[in-house]
Amino acid sequence: MKYVDEFRSGELARALASELAEAMPPGRELALMEVCGGHTHAIYKHGLDELLPPGLELVHGPGCPVCVIPVGRVDDAVALALEPNVIFTTFGDMMRVPGSKGSLLDARSRGADVRMVYSPLDALELARANSQREVIFFAIGFETTAPSTAVTLLQARAQGIGNFSVFCNHVTIGPPLKAILDAPELRLDGLIAPGHVSAVTGSRVYDFIAAEYGRPVVVAGFEPLDILQSVLMLVRQLAQGRAEVENQYTRVVREQGNPRALEAIEQTMELRDSFEWRGLGSIPRSGLRLREEFSEWDAERRYAVPGVSVPDHKVCQCGQVLRGLVKPWECKVFGNACTPESPIGTCMVSSEGACAAYYHYGRNRPKRLSR
Amino acid sequence: MCLGIPAQLVEIVDPKAKTAKAEIGGVRRIVSCALLEGEAQVGEWVLVHVGFALDRIDEEQAAETLQLFSDMGEAYERELAEIRKSAEGAA
Amino acid sequence: MSERRSKAAAGRRRKPRLLNERITLVHGAGGKATRNLVEALFLGELGNPLLAPLSDSALLEAGGAKLAFTTDAHVVQPLFFPGGDIGSLAVNGTVNDIAVSGARPLVLSAAFVLEEGLPISDLRRVVASMAEAAREAGVVVAAGDTKVVERGRGDGLTVTTAAIGLVDERVSLGAEKVRPGDKVIVSGTLGDHGMAVMIARGNLELEVEIASDSASIYPLAESLFTLGEDLRWLRDPTRGGLATTLNELTEASGLCVVLDEKALPVREQVAAACEILGLDPLYVANEGKLIAIVAADRAEQALATLRAHPLGAEAQIVGEVEPEPKGLVLLQTAFGGSRVVDMLAGDPLPRIC
Repeated sequence: MKYVDEFRSGELARALASELAEAMPPGRELALMEVCGGHTHAIYKHGLDELLPPGLELVHGPGCPVCVIPVGRVDDAVALALEPNVIFTTFGDMMRVPGSKGSLLDARSRGADVRMVYSPLDALELARANSQREVIFFAIGFETTAPSTAVTLLQARAQGIGNFSVFCNHVTIGPPLKAILDAPELRLDGLIAPGHVSAVTGSRVYDFIAAEYGRPVVVAGFEPLDILQSVLMLVRQLAQGRAEVENQYTRVVREQGNPRALEAIEQTMELRDSFEWRGLGSIPRSGLRLREEFSEWDAERRYAVPGVSVPDHKVCQCGQVLRGLVKPWECKVFGNACTPESPIGTCMVSSEGACAAYYHYGRNRPKRLSR
Repeated sequence: MCLGIPAQLVEIVDPKAKTAKAEIGGVRRIVSCALLEGEAQVGEWVLVHVGFALDRIDEEQAAETLQLFSDMGEAYERELAEIRKSAEGAA
Repeated sequence: MSERRSKAAAGRRRKPRLLNERITLVHGAGGKATRNLVEALFLGELGNPLLAPLSDSALLEAGGAKLAFTTDAHVVQPLFFPGGDIGSLAVNGTVNDIAVSGARPLVLSAAFVLEEGLPISDLRRVVASMAEAAREAGVVVAAGDTKVVERGRGDGLTVTTAAIGLVDERVSLGAEKVRPGDKVIVSGTLGDHGMAVMIARGNLELEVEIASDSASIYPLAESLFTLGEDLRWLRDPTRGGLATTLNELTEASGLCVVLDEKALPVREQVAAACEILGLDPLYVANEGKLIAIVAADRAEQALATLRAHPLGAEAQIVGEVEPEPKGLVLLQTAFGGSRVVDMLAGDPLPRIC
């Protein structure tokens, strides 16, 4: 597969790893956050963490759209799915995320018509094909996914498809990063920024991190060599005392992002005053809702959703895991009360979450490979 | 987050609706090109996310990144060879 | 490190518990939830020495003959898919459970639950396909039953089969026979069946030519029986894929399996579809493959034997049994790292965003 295989070469990985070991500033311990769950997943899938030099630690960030949806919103989704005559459509990985009264899969076992779709456009197509039914699309995701929902809404309006609506849970990347950086006892030296979000937003959305918080940022691609190179770029910045926004993923990300995608979001959605995040609490101006002129396609306006906020579980330490203060396995409930089959906290919910990644892939690290 | 797959546009399906067929590893799917700047062209490589071509992949930039990797790889091989040589010399 | 290890291991050894109030689709996915259901509910009520090992077939003696006995229910949507249909799948799936128990399949039974409105032409196609698969596998359908349920209550057509086989005296298979140093062989490419069916459902709108590998693997298994006690263990990696099947082995044997990612045979189209859907071919179902654990010094011979058969042409040695870390399946990645390969948890749902 072009643009995939050549970025997974084990031989080049060894060369990069050796370069990285040399670049490490002597005697320093560095903690870098990979913001995006896709990076977390790739790091474990390819065993990349074993190629890192001693003294360098990766902290897994909040960038998994499935994980960050709070329990209350899952409950709202389940309520919508149980509405009469509704076909509730969702991405596959959202189906087993538990709310306080079960997951969408559980709702399905109680008779709800919940269907998996690959694209929001497939949900719109389903509405067109089932004009007697009401199709709701469970929209989740950062700026990467929001434009797809936006274009789908624009098409629904242009084609006058009235039996389609969107339950909008899109979120933005900047505010949660700010929330993490503002937290006391922060121990992050630099950030690996999500490449696909940045393809839409551009790399400039991270400028405040370098400017206001003095932390270097590298926008990274998703293949393991991309990630390894991004780590190297961050370590070099830190060794040289720089804090800049650099772009490793130049084949996809430009400084100004994708203007058409940003415009589609702007046309259809606006910032909410505040949005609740699983593990991080309410964060001002971090979530998107549909604009007034799209209220006809807004599931939150068309149906009575419970809208009840359900607090995160008390014993759950996801908030600290996300800030790098607690390792997943140090959490009291990791692996016993909280497992991927019955997750308590956000980080165990999706395979991209930090705790789930540890549980599945890293539960027992064999000794590091010799370099 | 945000699974994005590199795929090549192999057929323009409906220029008005901005749809094209994209292929990777023998798997094809119709994707929307509504987020691409200008007209989509057969042969272009794009990054596909939830059924949309999110953006084009810049072939030159990709080649540059790969060149950087392979330069590092060569330097590493040279270094290894030198270490081996000096180890042999010491023995 | 050790805290993490022990906590995770403890989590894994937990007593099976059924947390759900209702059956969900995850209980049918063949992973941990399926096992919890079987162990917490079925074994609790029905447990006996023949059932307890939860292997592919029960091994029993009757009138001096050593028999293997198994049963299998088949639900698949769509009923017809590239490379097979519910009829051939029912025969092959059942025959394969007998084959990997070290036995030669003799007779089958088949019970059909038909939904009101099912086209007779579809039923005829399914049954004709069963007949052909049975001929190829060298078995006869010796008993059968038919029921009809009201429209909307039957998924079109479901088939439940059972089979009896005669245990081959040359071999004696079991997780307890496996030794450190033994090699792990798979008879061909991984994930073909699961991906073919997932794509044939049509809701993913993917166009690709992937055919199910549904086939009787008895000829492959039988060709390995000549290895005698150097053939340690055989399985067919169906639901839950290679990963789940090997985890069952490491759990039962207390040993470790280390897989080499570079050696795993996966078709380009299956690999690409997995990339697109965020799935791992290690967890995708097969219906015509076997995994053999073979003594190290006979592994090359076993590989050559498998490759001599058309069904085993793409066989590979994919890993090795090691003593430690106990109970785990590890993967040496092509990238140069390693990771734990867990059992399937939940349904393999596409990871899209």
